[in-house]
Amino acid sequence: MTHDLSLRVNGTTRPVTVEPRVSLLDVLRDHLGLTGTKKGCDQGACGACTVLADGERVLSCLALAVQYEHREITTIEGVADPLQQAFVKHDGFQCGYCTPGQICSALGMLAEHRSGMPSAATEDVATTPQLTRAEIQERMSGNLCRCGAYNGIVSAIEETAR
Amino acid sequence: MRRFTYVTANTVTDAVKTKATTPNAKYLGGGTNLVDLIRADIEHPDTLIDITRLPLADVEEISTGAVRIGALTRNSHAAAHPLIRTRYPVLTQAILAGASGQLRNMATVGGNLLQRTRCHYFYDTAAPCNKRSPGEGCAALNGGYTRNHAVLGTSRNCIATHPSDMAVALAALDAVVETESAEGNRRIPIEDFHKPPGETPYSETTLGENELITAIELPVLPPARNSRYRKVRDRSSYAFALVSVAAALETENGRITNARLALGGVGTHPWRARTAESVLKGAPATESTFREAAEAELSTATLLPDNAFKAPLAVRTITATLTSLT
Repeated sequence: MTHDLSLRVNGTTRPVTVEPRVSLLDVLRDHLGLTGTKKGCDQGACGACTVLADGERVLSCLALAVQYEHREITTIEGVADPLQQAFVKHDGFQCGYCTPGQICSALGMLAEHRSGMPSAATEDVATTPQLTRAEIQERMSGNLCRCGAYNGIVSAIEETAR
Repeated sequence: MRRFTYVTANTVTDAVKTKATTPNAKYLGGGTNLVDLIRADIEHPDTLIDITRLPLADVEEISTGAVRIGALTRNSHAAAHPLIRTRYPVLTQAILAGASGQLRNMATVGGNLLQRTRCHYFYDTAAPCNKRSPGEGCAALNGGYTRNHAVLGTSRNCIATHPSDMAVALAALDAVVETESAEGNRRIPIEDFHKPPGETPYSETTLGENELITAIELPVLPPARNSRYRKVRDRSSYAFALVSVAAALETENGRITNARLALGGVGTHPWRARTAESVLKGAPATESTFREAAEAELSTATLLPDNAFKAPLAVRTITATLTSLT
């Protein structure tokens, strides 16, 4: 059985008809033509498919599209942020495949930090830590970069956060 | 990916009733484990009942002073809640030690309790697995690679570890799992919630077939303010535990008045270290006491050549974690 959905993506309403087994990732790429979001592992391990749902970073590969009808989805196509220029400046990528996920994840992560959320790198979790490189590395550990551009990625985020 | 029917539940009563009247249905929360397992051809539900619209996502202090976490609270929201961060830091640390930021934003705390093992033979549908296909045999025990496997609570049928960090902290905190079904409400102490594999490794919890987890309750526990979760793994982030320790410690005049200890990465279920706790109680709060307690707990471990390192690693990690709380 298919479901008729009205998805909110990058500020516009997009009607789609999908089976419940279809992931948000496949809807974005194959139904809506938004191929900026990448399919890496398709099992929640690599972070390439990261998008924002109501400003929170999620993995679109493990998200069933039917569960996201009432959420405001933001993909890399809907992002215009100084962080993107900082990725260019600091060589935060080589092949670029993980970059849309890195950018969306970083935007969600920065919002989490602004809201006071601690991380596994935070010594006293009752406090809100400074966003050090160690904190950025821990908070971004769900996004793999097989080119190994991690130092540039952390620098880009560090500069944008200041 | 196998086809299934999707329905949404708007009330707890509605969810429980739909589950009881729909053959081969499963509740769907964040989906981070279940969607993956369906895609991997390990779980085969015909219907998913989406419970994420149920009003079960609040963290609140109740009249007894206990803290109640709604079952649909996302892992990240539970970890970041001021009540958890200040009163039960071990729980915040444990949740933040697991998965990634994205997964913690999706996964619910109820679902965290129900996640399946990450044993690679469980995931490999070309390997025999008593948990996935009852009676088939165990690839790990039959000459497999067992570096990640359990050393406590194992059986001749299964040595898979329980993967949750959160549940290890809950074990140390004496949490209670609240449920609802057609038969009414139930309160299940966390220690009675997960089962060792024994002869039935496919049966992992004492949850009834149609029972829905509605909340996790954390009792009033002053020592929990002095608590810590320490996780040792192959890389410094985003990996499952080789050994993890959840500990809370209260001392008076150098003696231990209350100690709570639970272990992850070494057990087939979240492992409450009762043997160690009995050694700690009333003893001087010194490193030698901590080591003695840790060695007592691991003395019953069943070690294989690949995972024998976990016993001394657990002893050292327990000792270091308790020492850090003095």
